[in-house]
Amino acid sequence: MSSNKETFGKTVGFVFIVCLVCAALVSVSAIQLKPLQIENKLLDQQTKILEASDLLSTTDGSSKAIKATFAKFVEAKMIDLDSGEYIEGNPELFDERRNARDASKSDKPKDDIAGINRRSHDAVIYLVRNEAGKVETVVLPIVGSGLWDLMYGYVGLEADLNTVRSVVYSDHKETPGLGAEVMNPKWKALWPGKKIYNSAGEVKANLVKGGAKAGDMHGVDALSGATLTSNGVTRTLQFWFGEEGYATFIAKLRAGGVN
Amino acid sequence: MSSEAKKVLTQPIIDNNPIALQVLGICSALAVTSSMANALVMTLAVVLVTAFSNLFISIIRNHIPSSVRIIVQMAIIASLVIVVDQVLKAFSYQLSKELSVFVGLIITNCIVMGRAEAFAMKEKPGVSFWDGIGNGLGYGFILITVAFFRELLGFGTLFGYEILPLIQNDGWYQANGLLVLPFSSFFIIGFIIWAIRQYKPEQVEKD
Repeated sequence: MSSNKETFGKTVGFVFIVCLVCAALVSVSAIQLKPLQIENKLLDQQTKILEASDLLSTTDGSSKAIKATFAKFVEAKMIDLDSGEYIEGNPELFDERRNARDASKSDKPKDDIAGINRRSHDAVIYLVRNEAGKVETVVLPIVGSGLWDLMYGYVGLEADLNTVRSVVYSDHKETPGLGAEVMNPKWKALWPGKKIYNSAGEVKANLVKGGAKAGDMHGVDALSGATLTSNGVTRTLQFWFGEEGYATFIAKLRAGGVN
Repeated sequence: MSSEAKKVLTQPIIDNNPIALQVLGICSALAVTSSMANALVMTLAVVLVTAFSNLFISIIRNHIPSSVRIIVQMAIIASLVIVVDQVLKAFSYQLSKELSVFVGLIITNCIVMGRAEAFAMKEKPGVSFWDGIGNGLGYGFILITVAFFRELLGFGTLFGYEILPLIQNDGWYQANGLLVLPFSSFFIIGFIIWAIRQYKPEQVEKD
């Protein structure tokens, strides 16, 4: 193929130069595009949180409006899941997925019904206020196994910390048309007004196969053709609103008053 | 544009289609064709990678030692794929969330490698560039055709806009669950190959 005579040195030298040029190309593009990528990721997260607190419809959907609304109404706070107390820390630097891989920042849940394997010690929660400065929605991030992989999302609770405002999934790998219907607005519209806990404080929110009966305070129709995804959603909610999830935090917040 | 460039640009679309005739790049054609938007972005990504890998490989074709030529081609292709993935993440985050895995797999897409080895190693840079674009478009032509049927009949939408209202959204159309799953592309690609060979009988293999 080559018109010149090949020697060992020439081959090595050529490969070295090609690698150098390719490496430079990759690094330059990665570093140049990093700020845009971070911004995109943040915007995506803020959009989902606004959606979970029912504020997305008040914006025109532009990135500027979303950022402004988020900055005005949403306060992110770090909590320790076991004690349920607020802790110091920068919520912007918090990364649940990185913590869950770090043995010093996460541990194995005693009863891992959501199939998450490791749970970060800390979490970021979002207090969403209205114009008067009163907390209207508390947005809690959730994660749990679906059929194929972990599904990440947010649950928005009203100020009584029991009534669901919304369940919004942000990141999942479920089957299109079946499990991926967790993104369907018709299904999401079933959630507002449902109660997470019953009067005894047990987690009762679940997905009902065959359809929830009229007047069911806790049940929402399961996704048809996606039993394993539906079970995953139920278990995710049971885990995150149970003892190893936000139950302690919710109890403390209720006792101290939400503000 | 010279007539030769025009030839290498248009030929791969019907006459020498990488999927329908050369039967390359089938795997990704199954995976990314569940919606038109995915298919379109994947097409753009493959067009860019094939065109520029052909161009760069052709520029240095007389210096590539033949003993390591495949590795050198892979290094160039892989770098381009990473760049495309980074650009996608920066400018189209929603699509990149769905497509990132498959964009990474462009590295193993036989079309890119096949064109580098079969065309760019022998031909001049200009014509190799057009050949890359042509083959990317040929790949995209099949991808978009498959995605059209899969999204329309599987979800009742095109580019996310509702065309056939689904029963679960109070419409009348019962979505075809088969077309939602990746392997249904096999049937559609089969029909496309049949249609092309009806129109161009010279593509039929002699046995």
